[in-house]
Amino acid sequence: MKIARMSPVEMNLEARFDAYVAEEKKIEPKDWMPDAYRKTLIRQISQHAHSEIVGMLPEGNWISRAPSLKRKAILLAKVQDEAGHGLYLYSAAETLGVTRDQMLQDLHAGKAKYSSIFNYPTLTWADMGAVGWLVDGAAIMNQVPLCKCSYGPYARAMVRVCKEESFHQRQGFQVMLNLAQGTPEQKAMAQDALNRWWWPSLMMFGPSDADSPHSAQSMKWNIKRFSNDELRQRFVDMTVPQAELLGLTLPDPDLKWNEARGHYDFGAINWDEFYNVIKGNGPCNKERLGARVKAYNDGAWVRDAANAYATKEATRQKNANASTHAA
Amino acid sequence: MSESKQEWPLWEVFIRSRQGLGHKHAGSLHAADAQMAMQNARDVYTRRQEGVSIWVVPAEAITASSPDDKDVLFDPANDKVYRHPTFYKLPDEVNNM
Ligand SMILES: [Fe+2]
Ligand SMILES: [Fe+2]
Repeated sequence: MKIARMSPVEMNLEARFDAYVAEEKKIEPKDWMPDAYRKTLIRQISQHAHSEIVGMLPEGNWISRAPSLKRKAILLAKVQDEAGHGLYLYSAAETLGVTRDQMLQDLHAGKAKYSSIFNYPTLTWADMGAVGWLVDGAAIMNQVPLCKCSYGPYARAMVRVCKEESFHQRQGFQVMLNLAQGTPEQKAMAQDALNRWWWPSLMMFGPSDADSPHSAQSMKWNIKRFSNDELRQRFVDMTVPQAELLGLTLPDPDLKWNEARGHYDFGAINWDEFYNVIKGNGPCNKERLGARVKAYNDGAWVRDAANAYATKEATRQKNANASTHAA
Repeated sequence: MSESKQEWPLWEVFIRSRQGLGHKHAGSLHAADAQMAMQNARDVYTRRQEGVSIWVVPAEAITASSPDDKDVLFDPANDKVYRHPTFYKLPDEVNNM
């Protein structure tokens, strides 16, 4: 139906666009692009931005409870980075013609999605380790290919993000390592966190390729480089030896090395749980969204006051200039 | 209290990463005024000593060329190969000139 509405000129533009992107060339904000490409990017980049911002909440919960001043400073820096990631990404999305306000309204109205992983609670300090190690680890796996995405502003934002993510994963692994080498209670705490975060981390790569509605087109547009299943497999292969080093057990009885494939086989993912959390029925969906809406509403007077002050200062400046010129 | 509902304006941020280099576009942000734009730029774009100097420019103050003008603006230079040193074939003895 889309094609029928396009004029010959547009079809020509679209063919040129496809060829251009296929040559690994970059698209910049003012360049012509198909509507669907623009919409796909706005959806993906704004969801990504929302994930960074909502992702601050489960960890923010532990800033005041961190076990030492050093850990508090590290966690604070990490959560501040996530705020930065959200801001880089909102800016990148805005270059496509959507306003920041519109994106925030969509999030607050429950119309826009964010990564479902952040709808799980962070129950103990070990969760700060598991989140950094696994959640940031899975995010890195997803994000590194995006540094070569066809849309310039998104690719540039992702380069910045990826440079900063590595510390997130390493500090998380170190938290796990300290706990795993600690008292039996501390080790049990680390194992418990791993048990709760493992499966949701695997779900972060999204549905299996067969059930992933936008994948094929995004691959063609060089927005997506590897399939969800491919990235998930890479993550499992990377994580198994890390868990062994920690002396912790991944909570999957079906996990075993497959010599023929050269990869680890792993058990079936509970996709019902995944879709249920996306639909809003995860343990913390209401709490997370509620916290974002409250922060936004509570900040309204600050935004207004800053606007009023800026307007007043600008007027004062203008009047001062006018009187200088008059003199 | 009346709510203005007005979004803070957009600013483009340029950063000099070290002395001797030019300012390079880093990204953009929203701020109510120049001073706030500067503070936000510091927090958003230089958390790891990425810069020694920052410019913030109201996005609406920038005049940008349009992709449609690409041919008009940049093609005329395409056939002026004599602007490049390699255009000139000189004797071997002096070819490192
Ligand atoms: Fe991040
Ligand atoms: Fe992170």
